[in-house]
Amino acid sequence: MGPNFAENYMAAVAMVLFGIGFFNLLLQKNLIKKIIGLNIMDTAVYLFLASMGYIEGRSAPIVTDGVTDVEAYINPIPAGLVLTGIVVSVSVSAVMLSLTIRLYRRYHTLNLDEITEIIKKGEEEK
Amino acid sequence: MTLNQFLQNLPFFSIMIALISGVVCSVLPGKAARRVNAGVIITVMILSAITLGYTLQTGTYFVYTMGHYPAPWGNEIRAGVLEALTALMFSVVMLLSMMGGYHKLDEEVEQTKVNYYYVLVNLLLTSLLALIYTNDLFTAYVFVEINTIAACGLIMIRQIGRTIEAAVRYMIMNLLGSGLLLLGICMMYGITGHLLMSNIQESVAALAASGEYHVPLLVSIAFMCVGLAIKSALFPFHTWLPDAYGYSTISSAAILSSLVSKGYIFLLIKIIYRVVGFEVFQETHIVNVFFVFGLAGMIFGSLSAIRENDVRRMIAFSSIAQIGYIYMGIGLGTEVGMIAAVFHIFSHAVSKALVFISTIGLTDMSGYSRKFIRLTGAAYRNVIAGVGFTIASLSMVGVPLFAGFISKLLFAQACVSNEGKLLPTMIVLAVSTILNAIYYLKTVIRIYVPSGVKDEPRTVWGANRCYTAAIIGFVVLNFTLGIFSQPFVDLITEGLHMFA
Amino acid sequence: MAARTTPTSNEVAERYIEQGLEETGAVNIVSGMILDYRAFDTLGESNVLFIATIAVMILMRVDSKEEKEKLSAEEAAYTHEKTLEPENDVILKTVAFILVPMLLIFGIYIILCGHLGPGGGFSGGAVIGASLILYANAYGFQRMEKLFTAKTYKVISFCALGFYALAKSYSFFTGANELESIISAGTPGRILSAGLILPLNICVGLVVACTMYSFYVLFRKGGY
Repeated sequence: MGPNFAENYMAAVAMVLFGIGFFNLLLQKNLIKKIIGLNIMDTAVYLFLASMGYIEGRSAPIVTDGVTDVEAYINPIPAGLVLTGIVVSVSVSAVMLSLTIRLYRRYHTLNLDEITEIIKKGEEEK
Repeated sequence: MTLNQFLQNLPFFSIMIALISGVVCSVLPGKAARRVNAGVIITVMILSAITLGYTLQTGTYFVYTMGHYPAPWGNEIRAGVLEALTALMFSVVMLLSMMGGYHKLDEEVEQTKVNYYYVLVNLLLTSLLALIYTNDLFTAYVFVEINTIAACGLIMIRQIGRTIEAAVRYMIMNLLGSGLLLLGICMMYGITGHLLMSNIQESVAALAASGEYHVPLLVSIAFMCVGLAIKSALFPFHTWLPDAYGYSTISSAAILSSLVSKGYIFLLIKIIYRVVGFEVFQETHIVNVFFVFGLAGMIFGSLSAIRENDVRRMIAFSSIAQIGYIYMGIGLGTEVGMIAAVFHIFSHAVSKALVFISTIGLTDMSGYSRKFIRLTGAAYRNVIAGVGFTIASLSMVGVPLFAGFISKLLFAQACVSNEGKLLPTMIVLAVSTILNAIYYLKTVIRIYVPSGVKDEPRTVWGANRCYTAAIIGFVVLNFTLGIFSQPFVDLITEGLHMFA
Repeated sequence: MAARTTPTSNEVAERYIEQGLEETGAVNIVSGMILDYRAFDTLGESNVLFIATIAVMILMRVDSKEEKEKLSAEEAAYTHEKTLEPENDVILKTVAFILVPMLLIFGIYIILCGHLGPGGGFSGGAVIGASLILYANAYGFQRMEKLFTAKTYKVISFCALGFYALAKSYSFFTGANELESIISAGTPGRILSAGLILPLNICVGLVVACTMYSFYVLFRKGGY
């Protein structure tokens, strides 16, 4: 396991970061911290993908000097997947943040459980 | 170009028409957007029906390359009997759900933003069609994200405190599921090097036979399955469901409960058949996890529904139980179990949307209140909604002649072949039927007890003609699935054989 | 890290690298891949951006005077006009005066040369969006409204996404039915080459720039 770990340490770090982000998104009480956890989780997946594509000693996949030999460039597929993933991550972060702002403006708290309590109390009083 | 070649373009046309109409609706005013939306759904319905006829006639599936490059270098979509049938059923249910909810959209949504609702529905239709037809894992992930954001928009279009909080909870759970799904897809790419489903299946079969990369294969399958299970509200991950279905506007609730969760379950079945392969999947024991959580969901959902005082939340909890049925069917791990699960997807879509649409008719005529006390005698105030609710409840409980009975019969037949799971399945099926009967029949009896108040406002045909047409359409669909079920079961069986 | 022997280094990556230049005409292999080989994914991704903007507009846009009165007093303070205009900040205005034109030109360069070097629609659009946000911050929203109103956003996103969907539909249709497509790959290395990749980069860049600016202005003041 030692040599495998030394070669794949980026993937291991990516998994640790994914775990941190996942449990932050799940267990944190504060909405902003949950959104930060979401971003950490997505970034960890991109690190995992990018590390899968990199081959040591080769350069970025832009054809220079007409060289189209497969030995000269790294794998271009993970780069394309990460591009798509970043856009998706930005979009869902924007939607989550706008939901948080609406809730904060109405209930003045960022704690999701407190918001549920306030709503339930408001309905019982009616 | 011959006619046959032209007919193969139809799934592609349906995805593109839905997508372009989503962009078009964003610049149109409300009324025009409504007509474009209805027109697009009807067009997709017709195209799916023609595709279904074509695939039945040729007896095999066909593959359509999206671009000038064949797989595995380019993208592909694939259509067979099951995909076309699912697209047809989903578009019919979507059209009827939208028709049943038009009058509430006029009341509950701001008029300057109502065209955005139609944009969201069109893009939801696009993503459902893309999930049904896709043959590529990464395309599936991108359209799953469109599905998630569209469904969140459907919940929060009615802007009251409850719906925005429900939308936040919905997004949190769904983003957890999406993250796991993406990680599973990346790991699967890492060990096989392909993104097209047919190519991945060959690599996975080779890896399973040679035993190489054993743990990463198991982990990536587990992540993909758990991610999709979280997104479709399997038992421990259901906390967002009651508020989201209970408080959103009624066409959203009908579309969410019938179509959105089922899109993810369809993708899960596709991954099981086409990416992992049925035999490899049975060996991984994830089937047992699905089975146990499915059973737990069936019991828990029904018990929570009995304790509810609010009629729409009660129906939402019943959805959790029904999704438990589908996962139990998948968890049985046999061919007949899968057929039963797919049939239940259709029958649940039809019945649950009818329940939601009838309920809004009943509660509106009872002073807009959702408590059970106020619903006494509601069926006399809104005759057609009462009829719709009764038929949908009988279908959910599983009375013969209705669609729900055929589902339960298929589930019972499925578990006979599997020795170890026979006893728990039968017991839980019986118990959950009794629990379903308790809360549904209690409500049906209550709405038919005369309330004794004189000179109440009454309506026979409901709020407007679209509403009436929606309820009649759903009732007809329910009876068709219940009485003429054998052609449907044959179609599903043939489709599943073509699916792998 | 990958090596020559991992499963991901297979015939798929080989064809993209070896034949990507002659088949798509793009010097940047990744641009060729996402806008030609796997174009359906990028179409879906542009729609994710579009639908996120729609969702944020539903939540954050405050349209008319009646709606503003309906908000509570505190909520209304966030959208009050006076808190939004910048005070006369000399440093910000001078720096913006120098930087905004440079950012715009840099962004346009990244978009136009997306198929010739690193770059593309997404990165170029983000740079242009950043320049618009900097301008709005330094010079105030009154001046920005002369350039960019709600109607501008609607027109740009409708035209760009519509063109993208129709152009790619033509490409998919001709590809799947094995018809001749009138779009050719051109000579690699020239600006007007690589078939549809340059127009699609421009469309994507416009959509991303408008989306970035729209997010900013919707969060800041609830409207354009």
